[in-house]
Amino acid sequence: MTADTYDSQAASEIVERFGNRPEMLVQILLAFMDRFGWISEQAIRQLADELNLSRADVHGVVSFYHDLRTTPPARHAVKVCQAEACQAMGCRGLTSHAEKTLGVAMNAGNESVTLEPVYCLGLCACSPAVMVDGKPYGRVDPARFDALVAPFAGDG
Amino acid sequence: MAAVRIYVPRETAAVSVGADEVALAIARQAKETGTAIELVRNGSWGATWLEPLIEVAVGDKRIAYGNVTPADVPDLFKAGLLSGGKHDKRLGPVNEIPWLIDQDRWAFWRCGLIDPLSLADFRAHQGFKALEKAFEIGPDAVITAVADSGLRGRGGAGFPTGIKWRTVADTPADQKYIAANADEGDSGTFSDRMLMEGDPFGLIESMAIAGYAVGANRGYFYLRSEYPLTKLVFSRALDLAREAGWLGRNIQGSGFDFDIELHLGAGSYVCGEETAMLESLEGKKGIVRYKPPVPAIEGLFGKPTVVNNVVTLTSVPNILNLGAERHAAYGVNRSKGTLAFQLSGNIRRGGLVEKAFGITLRELIEDFGGGTASGRQVKAVQVGGPLGAYLPAEQLDTPLDYEAFIAIGAMIGHGGIVVFDDTVNMAQQARFAMEFCAIESCGKCTPCRIGSTRGVEVIDRMIAGEDREANYDLLVELCDTMEGASLCAMGGMTPFPVRSVLKYFAEDFSSAVGA
Repeated sequence: MTADTYDSQAASEIVERFGNRPEMLVQILLAFMDRFGWISEQAIRQLADELNLSRADVHGVVSFYHDLRTTPPARHAVKVCQAEACQAMGCRGLTSHAEKTLGVAMNAGNESVTLEPVYCLGLCACSPAVMVDGKPYGRVDPARFDALVAPFAGDG
Repeated sequence: MAAVRIYVPRETAAVSVGADEVALAIARQAKETGTAIELVRNGSWGATWLEPLIEVAVGDKRIAYGNVTPADVPDLFKAGLLSGGKHDKRLGPVNEIPWLIDQDRWAFWRCGLIDPLSLADFRAHQGFKALEKAFEIGPDAVITAVADSGLRGRGGAGFPTGIKWRTVADTPADQKYIAANADEGDSGTFSDRMLMEGDPFGLIESMAIAGYAVGANRGYFYLRSEYPLTKLVFSRALDLAREAGWLGRNIQGSGFDFDIELHLGAGSYVCGEETAMLESLEGKKGIVRYKPPVPAIEGLFGKPTVVNNVVTLTSVPNILNLGAERHAAYGVNRSKGTLAFQLSGNIRRGGLVEKAFGITLRELIEDFGGGTASGRQVKAVQVGGPLGAYLPAEQLDTPLDYEAFIAIGAMIGHGGIVVFDDTVNMAQQARFAMEFCAIESCGKCTPCRIGSTRGVEVIDRMIAGEDREANYDLLVELCDTMEGASLCAMGGMTPFPVRSVLKYFAEDFSSAVGA
């Protein structure tokens, strides 16, 4: 998805769906993420305007939450849980493996895929866990990881 | 012949290890063999180590099969799955599996048992009985029952629920709120999610009871974004409850109005802290508030608000149905009732064990958990999430009791128990505690925001062998500052895991290789 996909009409409709209520800002931003994939400067301006908030208010919220990105996403998102229950089952090794397989470092990406940390998917009794394009997977060893990302690994 | 009922859980952990694929394979196999089946997507019983765990209704029994893969399905059908036939994966009747029957299911008793999105099934299993009882006995008697039960907040802080409800009820205001905290961010925990996916109507009923008791007609539900399936299940349950008149105006002719709005988190750990959560519910940055005033007096939008964890809330219906004294009979000392312990990390039989307080860590880890998954020695156990202490094997006989844990510088928190084997380097774990705090700090208070970053640096120097004694003293001093001067538990308790590593595993600083 690129900046071109932003559609101010669609954005207005989302804001309206939440009753133009400023206290729904976080929920509206999440709906923007679903619709546009990221929060652009244009989106921040429009939200500030329609919710009667300052741009600084909106920017502050956008920059606070990990889920809200301010750059266009890659085609695929891979998250590897880095929290304790996954550490106990070797997520540090799995992370190195993921970096090698995908050819990107943790917290980095290319056009095809981003590799990000996540702090707990709640799959702590079947760790280590990953999330691929929004879908959680448990008991992930290197072979299972490779199978999960096979459809797009190496595209970058 | 009537369709054979087959249960395949639709719960995040089960789905993460293939439950959806198993359900598909079963449907396909049934079609190919011309067999009539009724596929029920139930919640999980919590035996994650056996997931995907499927069941077949045979007579009045439900025969379980564990760790089923799609590839097993044709073979299972051949072995007579539909009549509970013999197979390597057959576990026997689900209500005879020792791991499950040895538990004290109080808040989770419907999880796994019912179809989570069937109101009829819920009603057939005591559903909304407690709310009806509440309407009968009145708000004051509900609060008295909750107080008498000894129920304390299950989110981690252990505050007496009856006192909180009484405070909100007694504070005059034109509007009051119930805010359910489902921002289950602690590593090692998944009990809230299991409940929301396995018994969502039970949670809706519990929130309505809380609203009725304190005089609140609006409920907010704050769910973390990392649980997409939970969102689907819970929002569907809200719609169904609303359609059937269990939410909305004049619930079932009682004269009581109550509705719930679902809000999602956006990947911030600190939003699990109650005041940060309230800020987030108001559409703002999740920055913690000064206390006092406590949320029970000035909470959401400045109004008196009950902020309760999901498991706290769902402990209430049985208090009304079975009696406060039945609840108080479970547990020890001032820790009454049950807690959903979550066995996770390096453990052979991981999952959710709801058990009365007073059980020891050893009983949980060895008897239920079967020791480590790797078969190696247990080296450390982190209890209560990323802000909880790491306990060495020598302390496994500590009973799970809020006060007993505080006495050893630890906490039970939300009941997460993460087991590590002897390959772990604990200096790395101490470093991670500080690093996590630096990533997730809301930034409002200096000890947390700056202290955590300095903490990582000091630990790095210790690991590198630079002036270890001076850095050790500096780290202890930093922990004192963070503990004493932070606004909330994030900065105030990050020192718990760090100090526990200094106390029990100091030798690991000299053997750590990088971090």
